[in-house]
Amino acid sequence: MSEAKVEGQQHPISMYFWVWGLLFVLSTLSYMVDYLQFQGYLRWTLILIFMFLKAGFIVAVFMHLYYERLAMACAILIPTGALMVLISLMSFEADYTKETREVYLDGGPGLLIMEEPTK
Amino acid sequence: MANEAVVEDTRRSIAMVEGLEGVVADWSSDQRAFKRVPWGKAMMWIFLVSDTFIFTVFLTSYMTVRMSTTVPWPNPSEVFALTLFGEHIPLLLIAIMTFILISSSGTMAMAVKFGYEKNRKMTAFLLVMTALFGASFVGMQAFEWTKLIIDEGVRPWGNPMGAAQFGASFFMITAFHGTHVTIGVIFLLIMARKVWKGYLEDRKPGFFTSRRGGYEVVEIMGLYWHFVDLVWVFIFALFYLW
Repeated sequence: MSEAKVEGQQHPISMYFWVWGLLFVLSTLSYMVDYLQFQGYLRWTLILIFMFLKAGFIVAVFMHLYYERLAMACAILIPTGALMVLISLMSFEADYTKETREVYLDGGPGLLIMEEPTK
Repeated sequence: MANEAVVEDTRRSIAMVEGLEGVVADWSSDQRAFKRVPWGKAMMWIFLVSDTFIFTVFLTSYMTVRMSTTVPWPNPSEVFALTLFGEHIPLLLIAIMTFILISSSGTMAMAVKFGYEKNRKMTAFLLVMTALFGASFVGMQAFEWTKLIIDEGVRPWGNPMGAAQFGASFFMITAFHGTHVTIGVIFLLIMARKVWKGYLEDRKPGFFTSRRGGYEVVEIMGLYWHFVDLVWVFIFALFYLW
């Protein structure tokens, strides 16, 4: 019994209401990005900023990670952060695949080289 | 007994050092590395990290096919638009689904709070509210899928709007997320019943693992539910808004 008392996360209810409201505002803002049809780098920057802010508030406050000991936060966030390596490697790969397809598919310049008669 | 050892260990950990030194001290300590958390909570976090890996693999493969295709990607803003009262509103259903899931996270967080306060009525009510929000989310997803398959002719292997990979990515990612929501709704209802009947106070053994849980199980359930919301944040930004 005393175990639960010592180890539970207890916070004032106003904190949850604030974050709830903030998540609503951030979601509305990211929806507005689409509604107002922002394009290009502006769109990307805004979408990613709102996404990471929302994710951060959910993890830090709703999931109480901010209030846990650093040892646990590290065990959770470092492996998750390592996923950035996978994501960046795959984006290089995707770029390369796209370039190759543009050169060799659908009448791209690569086809002409391949079709040249060889003796 | 074992329980006393845990309490004793907890008491000692409260006096533990903070910061990076604390990380070293925790990880090199006896018995348990994760101080001040019940073991079930540490296990749920580890499960969630592994689940993060699965969702990241799905989203990364979606990124790869979307970036590498030379065929234009169907515009999600138009594909998921809804006509309401003769007005064409882009992404309307998805926006509503987003707000519903965020609200369910809010009620869940408050259920955890009232749980620790031993307010059974409020906790059970908020858990049921969370489950209802979750169920309506799944309902809207079913509607969205029906519209996409029947009206728009989207299939996992192709669609009339553009790149063939659209369907495969969409069905795979949203189905996996929807399954998580559905499982969450089922467990929320089970948890609400436990709270309502006072099983957590009586420390009655659970039907599945026969373990006796206190109110920390509500918080552990909450971790799972917030994670489902968290994944939706990423899907919303990366699939619907890209």
